[in-house]
Amino acid sequence: MITLDDVTLTFPDGASRVTAVDRVSFEGGAGQLTGITGPSGSGKSSLLAVAATLIRPDSGRVVIGDVDVTALSRDEATALRRERIGIVFQQSNLLPALTAREQLMVMAELGGRSTAGRRRRVRGRVDELLDAVGLADHAGKRPAQLSGGQRQRVAIARALVHEPQVLLVDEPTSALDQERGAAIMSLIAELTHDRATATLLVTHDLVHEQLLDALLTVVDGRIVGVREPASRDGGALSRPVPSSPCAGTTTT
Amino acid sequence: MFVAWRDLRFARGRFVLIGSVVALITLLVGFLAGLTGGLAAQNVSAVLALPGDRIVLQHPASGQASFSESAIAPSTVQAWRDAPGVDEVLPVGIVQGKAGLGDTTAAVALFGPPSGAAPSAVTDLAPGADDEIGLSAGAAKDLGGATVGDRVSILGGTYTVASVGGDAWYSHTPVIVLTPEAWAQVDQRMGGDGEATALAVTGDPDWDAIAERTDTVAQSPLLSLLALDAFKSEIGSLGLMIAMLFGISALVVGAFFTVWTMQRSGDVAVLKALGATTPSLVRDALGQASVVLVVGIGVGMLIVVGLGTLAGQALPFLLSPLTTLAPAAVMAVLGLAGAAVALRNVTKSDPLTALGSSR
Repeated sequence: MITLDDVTLTFPDGASRVTAVDRVSFEGGAGQLTGITGPSGSGKSSLLAVAATLIRPDSGRVVIGDVDVTALSRDEATALRRERIGIVFQQSNLLPALTAREQLMVMAELGGRSTAGRRRRVRGRVDELLDAVGLADHAGKRPAQLSGGQRQRVAIARALVHEPQVLLVDEPTSALDQERGAAIMSLIAELTHDRATATLLVTHDLVHEQLLDALLTVVDGRIVGVREPASRDGGALSRPVPSSPCAGTTTT
Repeated sequence: MFVAWRDLRFARGRFVLIGSVVALITLLVGFLAGLTGGLAAQNVSAVLALPGDRIVLQHPASGQASFSESAIAPSTVQAWRDAPGVDEVLPVGIVQGKAGLGDTTAAVALFGPPSGAAPSAVTDLAPGADDEIGLSAGAAKDLGGATVGDRVSILGGTYTVASVGGDAWYSHTPVIVLTPEAWAQVDQRMGGDGEATALAVTGDPDWDAIAERTDTVAQSPLLSLLALDAFKSEIGSLGLMIAMLFGISALVVGAFFTVWTMQRSGDVAVLKALGATTPSLVRDALGQASVVLVVGIGVGMLIVVGLGTLAGQALPFLLSPLTTLAPAAVMAVLGLAGAAVALRNVTKSDPLTALGSSR
């Protein structure tokens, strides 16, 4: 589970500061796919960056599992990303020198001195994940030998290979056509439910809205809309925390 | 090194290119070092072979002490012998001239050390009689392959070769050793006063005090080489070339890895975003640079050893750890220093940029 509690983030803008995330609160539970949408510059990616511990908010808390990540040092946050967070970037951001299999295996090496146990654990999951994203036959190919959709599938598998609690996905279909985009969205939804990750997905594309368990609409850094469709078991899957100042209408 | 090894494999063309550049620079450095060492040996090996803790030369009225201008009077020799802390004083006459055997003449350095001195490449050649000489291997070769028993003429005198052997050179001329008395006669025939030109002194006296009192200069054998007229300029210019090549090497390697890490800055940001620690990325980058340097320098040094072995038969080329391993180590250290400059791109890379947009 990931919880954002009254999170505010500002950036310097000349002599003043501009607010990118404005007192945002919500939580995403395990196995839930929460979409974050909004116009360009609305603060979606900033929200994702805060959730990914890549930037520390001015105020508020981000809690992953039972860890208040806003209280972590830079090194501790790096270790947390390595252990508990999976990130899928807008561009697949695969390393050009590595094959699809190696893109996943590199996750066992990020800490510098990889333990044999960690390496073995990751290796054991590589083939299973490549199979899960439909790329078992492409394990030996480098990014340049893969299509855009295949690259994004490798990126998704990479983000899941260390069994993260939280999966953060930044506009995964922006460089794909409708058909491939739909396949990627379905894959993310399926893996989120199967592997019980709390997934936050930033997207402009609401064509696949039905796959989302919840949808937050962000404008000018504030949550202005929350859609909470009925869950598969009938309960709300994502909801604003009671103290959230999110305003505006709830989209349907 | 997980990513580093795969980068090396993936971008092998680029790494082969920089490795080749490193190998070529190593070849240049190694060859220059070998030549410098060879030339230096032909310049100074006889001086370095003199058995003593310090070499004492006459203090000139102006300028620096010089082997060619120095003359040590017998009273000065005695003053050094009488000085407290001095164990042994070896007066040596050194002068350059010509020697002939049959139709062959050669420029030689004539040394006149006393017999019974501590063994060395020079003193081992000291003859037992005034009409005998000892030829260094180089002198024997330059005199057309002189052997023991041959009669060699030196400035109007004729001497029998009593021994041949040892490699001793002075100012690019091979050494011939005479008795002190024979050397004094030769020196006088050349217009000299027959006095020894240098002292090889052993002991632990107050060097400066005695030198000042006797109007001499006492320096370690290595520092005394600066009193050789050609040595300073010759080694200085060759050393400058080597130093410049070292600098070029560091710049080239640094520039390559700076461009390389700048090209990889996106990948570095992604790895950091995924959880890679900066120290692990730094180790990766330095490890990669080390591989390129070790391979490039290794190949370059192999070529140096191969060509140096061949060149040594025709050129004054010295193959030794000082002319191979030492420059290779300096190349490696400077190359790594150059690569370390590029690490700024790794340490300063912001993982936030991996998200593409933070707004």
